[in-house]
Amino acid sequence: MEKERNYTLKIWRQPNAQSKGEFKTYEVKNISTGTSFLEMLDILNEELTLKGEDPVYFDHDCREGICGMCSLFINGRPHGPDEEVTVCQMHMRMFEDGSTITIEPWRARAFPVIKDLVVDRSAFDRIIQAGGFISVNTGVTTDANAILISKENADLAMDAAACIGCGACVAACKNASAMLFVSAKVSQLALLPQGQSERKRRALAMVEQMDKEGFGACTNTGACSAECPKGIDLSNIARLNREYFTASVS
Amino acid sequence: MSLDAKIPEGPLAEKWTRHKFNMKLVNPANKRKYDIIVVGTGLAGAAAAASFAELGYNVKNFCYQDSPRRAHSIAAQGGINAAKNYKNDGDSVFRLFYDTIKGGDYRSREANVYRLAEVSNNIIDQCVAQGVPFAREYGGLLDNRSFGGAQVSRTFYARGQTGQQLLLGAYSALSRQIAAGKVKLYPRTEMLDVVLIDGKARGIITRDLITGKIESHSAHAVVLATGGYGNVFFLSTNAMGSNGSAVWRAYKKGAFFANPSFTQIHPTCIPVHGDQQSKLTLMSESLRNDGRVWVPKTVETAEKLRKGELKPVDVPEEDRDYYLERIYPSFGNLVPRDVASRNAKNVCDEGRGVGETGLAVYLDFRDAIERDGRDVIEAKYGNLFQMYEKITAENPYETPMMIYPAIHYTMGGLWVDYNLQTTIPGLFAAGECNFSDHGANRLGASALMQGLADGYFIIPYTISNYLAGVPFEKVPADRPEFKEAEERVKERIGKLLSLKGKHTVDEFHKRLGKIMWDKCGMSRNEKGLTEAKKEIQELREQFWKEVKVLGANEELNQTLEKALRVADFMELGELMVDDALHRRESCGGHFREESQTEEGEAKRDDENFAYVAAWEYQGDDKPAKLHKEELIFENVKLTQRSYK
Repeated sequence: MEKERNYTLKIWRQPNAQSKGEFKTYEVKNISTGTSFLEMLDILNEELTLKGEDPVYFDHDCREGICGMCSLFINGRPHGPDEEVTVCQMHMRMFEDGSTITIEPWRARAFPVIKDLVVDRSAFDRIIQAGGFISVNTGVTTDANAILISKENADLAMDAAACIGCGACVAACKNASAMLFVSAKVSQLALLPQGQSERKRRALAMVEQMDKEGFGACTNTGACSAECPKGIDLSNIARLNREYFTASVS
Repeated sequence: MSLDAKIPEGPLAEKWTRHKFNMKLVNPANKRKYDIIVVGTGLAGAAAAASFAELGYNVKNFCYQDSPRRAHSIAAQGGINAAKNYKNDGDSVFRLFYDTIKGGDYRSREANVYRLAEVSNNIIDQCVAQGVPFAREYGGLLDNRSFGGAQVSRTFYARGQTGQQLLLGAYSALSRQIAAGKVKLYPRTEMLDVVLIDGKARGIITRDLITGKIESHSAHAVVLATGGYGNVFFLSTNAMGSNGSAVWRAYKKGAFFANPSFTQIHPTCIPVHGDQQSKLTLMSESLRNDGRVWVPKTVETAEKLRKGELKPVDVPEEDRDYYLERIYPSFGNLVPRDVASRNAKNVCDEGRGVGETGLAVYLDFRDAIERDGRDVIEAKYGNLFQMYEKITAENPYETPMMIYPAIHYTMGGLWVDYNLQTTIPGLFAAGECNFSDHGANRLGASALMQGLADGYFIIPYTISNYLAGVPFEKVPADRPEFKEAEERVKERIGKLLSLKGKHTVDEFHKRLGKIMWDKCGMSRNEKGLTEAKKEIQELREQFWKEVKVLGANEELNQTLEKALRVADFMELGELMVDDALHRRESCGGHFREESQTEEGEAKRDDENFAYVAAWEYQGDDKPAKLHKEELIFENVKLTQRSYK
C-alpha cells in the first residue's frame, strides 16, 4: 500500500535572467510515495496558483526519461539521488517522510537561467550545428545493407547515441564542462563508416564551438558519467581526446 | 465544397511514380525565392524542414520545446517497419500495404497507404546514411524483429529507443541546414493561429514563450507537423506539452478535420496509481510475446488482491483466468491492440481488476522464466523490467506486472489529399497530425514510418508542385490579415488572464479527460456520447468564466500556455464526440456498443460507413458539417477481422 509523506522544499526562485535569485521554502503534504518528483511539484503549483502565488517554473515534457527536457539539481545532484534516471522518472519513495529537499536549476555559465529552474541550453544545439551530423541530403539510393557495420561497433555507437542532451553532465562538473555531451556525438559518428569523411573536421568544429559557448575544461573527475541518466561512459571522452588530437596534428 | 482526394490515375503500384513525373517542378534558381513555414520538429517536421532546405527553399521552423530534439517522436520505443524483405520471409511492398490497410480496419485510402509502403525502404536507407545506429547482426547486416499484426519480420530498431535515434537523425539533418542558414529555428515558440490571404495559407501567428511577444510570420506555404491530440484525455502517453492547438486553429480557419474519434488505446501501460498522476508510461508491446495476461476468476479473489490480503503469486492456477488465451485461442496474448485493450476493460468492469484501484490486469512472466530461464527474459526485456521497477517499486521477475490500457495515438487529424494538402490551399499536414494512412487503427512500428515518409519523401515533392503555381512576391507580415489575427490572439489571451476564477487549468483538463475517457474512450454508446457532448459544453462554459490563470502575457507563463491548449481541447473533444456519435459502426479503435457480434466482437458496417468523415467548421454556435470521402477498394477484399 502506498504511504503519504510530507516534505519541506527549498526552491530556487528567480523571476528572470536579469534579477538575482534566492531560495524560498515551501511545505507540501500528503504526497503518496508513488507520486513522481515532478507530480509533487505539480501539486505544489496547484496550491500556489489557488493561493494566487506565482507557480514554480521548471522544464519538462515527455515524463518518460527520454526527451531530456527536465533538468533539476536536487540535494546537490543533477536529477536527484536515484541512479540512471531523469527527474521525471524518480518517485517520492526515494525521499524520507519529513525531509527537506533542495531544488536548484542547472548552474553553468553556458546555461543561463531563464526563470526559476528553467535554463537556456541552446548552446548544445549550436554545438551539434557546428558538426554533429553526417552531410547527406535526402534521397540516398544506396541500399542500407550495402554498408556493413560490425555488431560491436554498432553497439558502441548506440551506447554513445543514447545521450538525451539534458545537460546533467555539465551540471555535475565542477568546471561545467560539456565534454561528455560532445564526446558522445563525436564517438557515435566516429565509430560508424558513414562518419569517416568528416571525422576530423567534426571533432575540431564541435570542440571549437564548445569552447566558444563558455563551457569549462575537462579534468577527468568523471562526475559527468557518474551522474548521467543514460550512463554515457567516460571512455567516450578519451575517444574525443584522441579524435581531436589526431585531427589537430594531421 | 466537395472533397477531391486527387488520387492519381493508373494502377496502384504506378500511381506515385506517375504522379512524381506529372507534378510541376520549381527551377533550382527559383527555389530560394520561396519561404516555407514548418510547425513542429518531430520526425515529420524536422525531416520536412531539412529536406526543403536541402532543395533550396527558405524555411522557418517552430517548436514549443527548448530544442527540436525534444519532440515527442523521441519517445517511440519499438521500431520502424519497412518492406525490405531482408529476412527472405516473403515480405513485399504489397504485403506491407495489405497489412496496413487491414490493420486499419479498411478505413484508409488505398493509394496513400501503398505509397507509404513504397517509400518505407528509402527511409531505412536514408537513416542509415545519416548514422542512425540500427541494431545489427554479427555479420554486420541490419537486424529485424517482428511486431503485432504482421506475419513477417520487417521491423528495424535501435534497442528500445528507435524513435529517439530516428529523431536525432532528422535533428542532425535539420541542424546542418540551420548552420547553413537555410533554416531559421524558433524554439520555445508556439503557433496560435494560421493566416489566410485570398483563401490561401500565407503565414502564422506565434507567441514567444519566454517574452510573450505575439508575432506574425509570412510565407508562401505552411506545413503543420504538430503531432496528435491524445492529451484531450488528460492522461495519455503523450508528452505534457503535446497539444492539438495548431490543427484546431487550422480547422477553425477552414481545414476539414477527418475521423476525429479514431484514437488508439495501447493495452500495455503502467496503471494509474492515484489522482496525483500526470501522465502514463507505456511498456513496449513486445512484452506480450512472453507475458501471460490474467485476472482472478472471481470478484472475491480480486478484492483480496486489491486490499493486499493475498499476493498474486499465491493465487493457484485454477483460480486464474487467462482471458485472452481463453477467448482467442489462436492469437492468445498477441491479439491486436484494440482487442487486448477492450478485454482488459471488460474484466475490470466485471470487478475482477487488480491493483489498488481495481483498474489493472496482470502480465505474468512466471511461466516464461520457468521455460526459458531468467537470463533469457532479462536479455530480452531487462531495460523494460528495470523501468517498471523504478516506477512501481515492484520486481516483475518475482511478481506479475500490472498493466492497463491508455491513450497513445490519434489516427484522426486534418483531412489531406494525396498531396498532403488540407482543404486550405497552401496549408499542408504531415505525420500524426494528418489522418491519412492508419485508418481506424494503427499497427505497431508504423507511426515512425509515416512521419518520416511524409517528411522526407512525400511533401518535398508535393509542395514544389504547389509552389510552382504561386507567384514569387512575398506577403508582408504587416498586412491587415496578420494584424487582425494578432489582435484576436491577444484578445483571447487577455480574456484568459482577466477571468481570475477559482479553478486551475489542470482541474478543467482533468474533468475533460474523465468525460472523454469514460464516454468516448475504449467503448462508446449513443447514451454516453450524448451525455458527454452536453457535459463538455457545460465544462467549456464554466472554463471561460471560472478559470484561474495568474501572471501576465509578457513573461514565461506556463499556466497561460496550458490554458490556451486546454481551451482548444475542450472544443476538439466535442468534435470527437460528434464523430463517434455519427459513426454507428465499430471499426478499429472505435468500438460502438450498438454494433457488435453475438460474441461481443466489433462489427464493421461497410455498407454504410466505408468513408472518411471530414468535418467542416461552420461557426462556434453551429454544428460542424459532415463531408464524406467514399473509400474505394480495388486491390484488397474487405473482410471482418477475426482473431479467434
